[in-house]
Amino acid sequence: MRCLRVRYTKRGKIRFIGHRDVARIWERTLRKANIPVLYSQGFSPHPRISFGLALPTGFESEAEYVDIYLGEEFFLKDFDPESIQQSIDSALPTGMDALKVGVVSTSEDSLQEVVDACVWEVRVSGISVEEFKKIRNELFSSDSLNIQRERKGKIQVDDVRYQVHSMDIAEEHEDGVTILTELGTKPRVLRPTDLLKRINAELRTVRVLRKEQLTLQGNQRIEPLSIELHPAAPAEVLA
Amino acid sequence: MSSLWNELEQFLDDVEKPARYIGGEDGAIDPEHSPEKASWLLIYPDTYEIGLPNQGLQILYEILNERDDSVAERSYAPWVDMSHEMRKRKIPLFSVDTHRAAGEFDILAFNLSAELVYTNLLECLDLSDVPLYSRDRNAEHPIVIAGGHCTYNPEPFADFIDIAVLGDGEEVVGEISEIFSHWKSKPEKELNRSELLQELGGLPGVYVPSLYETTFSNGRLVSILPKLEKNTTVIEKRTISDLGAWPYPKNQLVPLTEVVHDRLNVEIFRGCTRGCRFCQAGMITRPVRERPREQIVSMVEKGLKRTGYDEVSLTSLSSADFSGIENVISEVMTQDSCSPVSLSLPSLRVDAFTVDTASQMQQARRTGLTFAPEAGTWRLRQVINKLISDDDLFAAVESAYSQGWRRVKLYFLIGLPTETDEDTLGIIDLAEKTLEVGRKYHKSPSVTVSIGGFVPKPGTPFQWFGQNTEQELLRKIYLLRDAAKKIRGLKLKWHDSRATVVEGILSRGDRRLAPVLEKVWKEGGVFQEWSEHFDIDLWKNAMEEEDLLIEDFSYRHRDENEVLPWDHLSAGLHKDFLWQDWRDALNNQGLEDCRWTPCYDCGACTGYGIEHVVASAVPPAGGSQGTGAVSQQGNEITVSISQTGTAKDLQVSGVNE
Repeated sequence: MRCLRVRYTKRGKIRFIGHRDVARIWERTLRKANIPVLYSQGFSPHPRISFGLALPTGFESEAEYVDIYLGEEFFLKDFDPESIQQSIDSALPTGMDALKVGVVSTSEDSLQEVVDACVWEVRVSGISVEEFKKIRNELFSSDSLNIQRERKGKIQVDDVRYQVHSMDIAEEHEDGVTILTELGTKPRVLRPTDLLKRINAELRTVRVLRKEQLTLQGNQRIEPLSIELHPAAPAEVLA
Repeated sequence: MSSLWNELEQFLDDVEKPARYIGGEDGAIDPEHSPEKASWLLIYPDTYEIGLPNQGLQILYEILNERDDSVAERSYAPWVDMSHEMRKRKIPLFSVDTHRAAGEFDILAFNLSAELVYTNLLECLDLSDVPLYSRDRNAEHPIVIAGGHCTYNPEPFADFIDIAVLGDGEEVVGEISEIFSHWKSKPEKELNRSELLQELGGLPGVYVPSLYETTFSNGRLVSILPKLEKNTTVIEKRTISDLGAWPYPKNQLVPLTEVVHDRLNVEIFRGCTRGCRFCQAGMITRPVRERPREQIVSMVEKGLKRTGYDEVSLTSLSSADFSGIENVISEVMTQDSCSPVSLSLPSLRVDAFTVDTASQMQQARRTGLTFAPEAGTWRLRQVINKLISDDDLFAAVESAYSQGWRRVKLYFLIGLPTETDEDTLGIIDLAEKTLEVGRKYHKSPSVTVSIGGFVPKPGTPFQWFGQNTEQELLRKIYLLRDAAKKIRGLKLKWHDSRATVVEGILSRGDRRLAPVLEKVWKEGGVFQEWSEHFDIDLWKNAMEEEDLLIEDFSYRHRDENEVLPWDHLSAGLHKDFLWQDWRDALNNQGLEDCRWTPCYDCGACTGYGIEHVVASAVPPAGGSQGTGAVSQQGNEITVSISQTGTAKDLQVSGVNE
């Protein structure tokens, strides 16, 4: 069985809606775009769609993914990814744009398992460029960075030092910097806001944008969309 | 004019449910502002989730934005955490469309549909930096308008508004825009607010409280009269005669976040003549005006396609009464769509036919079904003119349980005129028998009984009735609770009787309540319809400080000659018709639906030269059709339970008579 994987954005005012809201929007979008999504069986059938790593409310993104479960006939009959991407895009609300579509097998790992790291762009204020560079260098010269987070009502301490793959200044501002940072998502997602708060409590994050979600294979960084992009099997099925 | 968005986005992360404040709904209109246009801010003074689906507001939003002389945006009451942040940062109330400050609009128009939101009106005015009292506002300030069902007695909040509009808003908002945009075009020093109000007051359906004088004597209202001769002594409501001419909303708003009634809503008719005597909506929205069937079907089809909803509700005060409703349903259900569409009719009539209709609509998701018998005994249902027999109810629940529904919800009112403890306990009796019916089909059926406290409303035959006291309502609730305890499968829920008290004060109150509202608001009494914010002590203290007695406003009976605070406002019904209906009620006398029987001359049609617009001259099939008579239609289901005979004809010495 295969599903359609769509990369989409969440930018601007719509960043303030929660992930339940995003799911509802997708359900309506698929009906508007006439995508024959499969429904779950049972008492109260729901369209079968699944999402990857949750994006905290208020964060923006250029790299959200959703898997849409479809019957095999959808991929066999005049399957045209471009027109599908366009009809989905025009059915999405302002701020959510469908950027790319791909086809993945449902036997592959879920989006959540496939993704190893995210690239974040973060606008930080209340700090000079020099100060920030100092903090950054301290971080990379140390061997550990313990962080306290709450999970299911319990305080948990994790060393996240090696989940910080990179952190570079992308832009300098009068009152701060815009950084680009790649953070590992395993064993547990490290949010850029949690990291920055831990490094320096004075830092204020003004804007957070997810740029990429990536699968790491050795030194290669692969977009989860391209893991399996086999074209539809030749139409050997008799109509 | 500028947007406050840049300031808002700084802290939206820190408030609860920030999606309430962002706008961006599918169907939202990009407003074209220009200095010549009358700019309206349509405000629903409750949370976004409650306010957004309001159809009245959405209809006016579209109509005003279609016109050349007006433009409209929307706003909702910010939740308490948000208003706190806004005050701290000196950010005023804003529109969700372009995040413009409320004070930059010409007109602030409030939709008031329940008494407990009145203090939110004050909160919204204060957040807008607009003086609370109409008398303190000048030509620089927006005009404050109220519409919605509460304007049939706007006296408690009359001092805070400039204008109240009675009845259907479709036409009158255009007339107001015309006058306003013309007034606005004058040189600045000629802008005279009282002249404007005077001119607006000349429009039918428009009430300008400041043009009317109230006189009190010995703690009683003795007159409400126009200060000037040229103003009319009675303001008549507005009624659109043809719903088909107003196919709105054309682009229902689809919110980005979850709201109540989150589905496509299509209004299939306006008005109701069932004549339930406690029901204000049924009295003030007459006559019945059905939307043409083809229009309904096309609104549903287009609406589902455009919005992506998979659920549509055909709305009205009693949707099963629509002529040939079964044809509409089958047409809607058979349209092609790639996913299943579910249909719902709010306000189900209590009979088996209606349930069969419901089962046709809800192939999946048969979870719960709700009926509203309103009173526990046939005698009391005659008093309130809800003429459904016990048999009607049992046939309905039999039909529901047999067709897969497991949960039934029953709505009742307590504190109705002439109610005795036998009537009250009749509620539990009905619920118990409903459960017995259910056990024939399910191992553990459930019945939820939901109890509301009756609040007499202006413009109804019960407007003279002395409301039950807080203690009396509480006593009845305990009575019900004790009786319900031992019954398996019965769940009892009730409305806070303290909230009923406050609703009662405001429902039939007069202008002496303005300082009470102001005090309650000042003490933080906003969002009073939310139980976590409701505080009876704020109200009791404010009443006491103003030397006003709850007894006077709520608990005492009025007599025929008393001047009522809304006597100068008319929904078309003659006062003598209402009085006769009140006397009939006290004699246990019902009154049939006038849609299918001769006219009683209540005044709603004859007074305005309009009439019912119904496609069928005969009542729909099934049940006793609001007559209580033995069904002529012959329901397929034999109701064994009816043999026990519960249509009691009690001799009652009413508690209130």
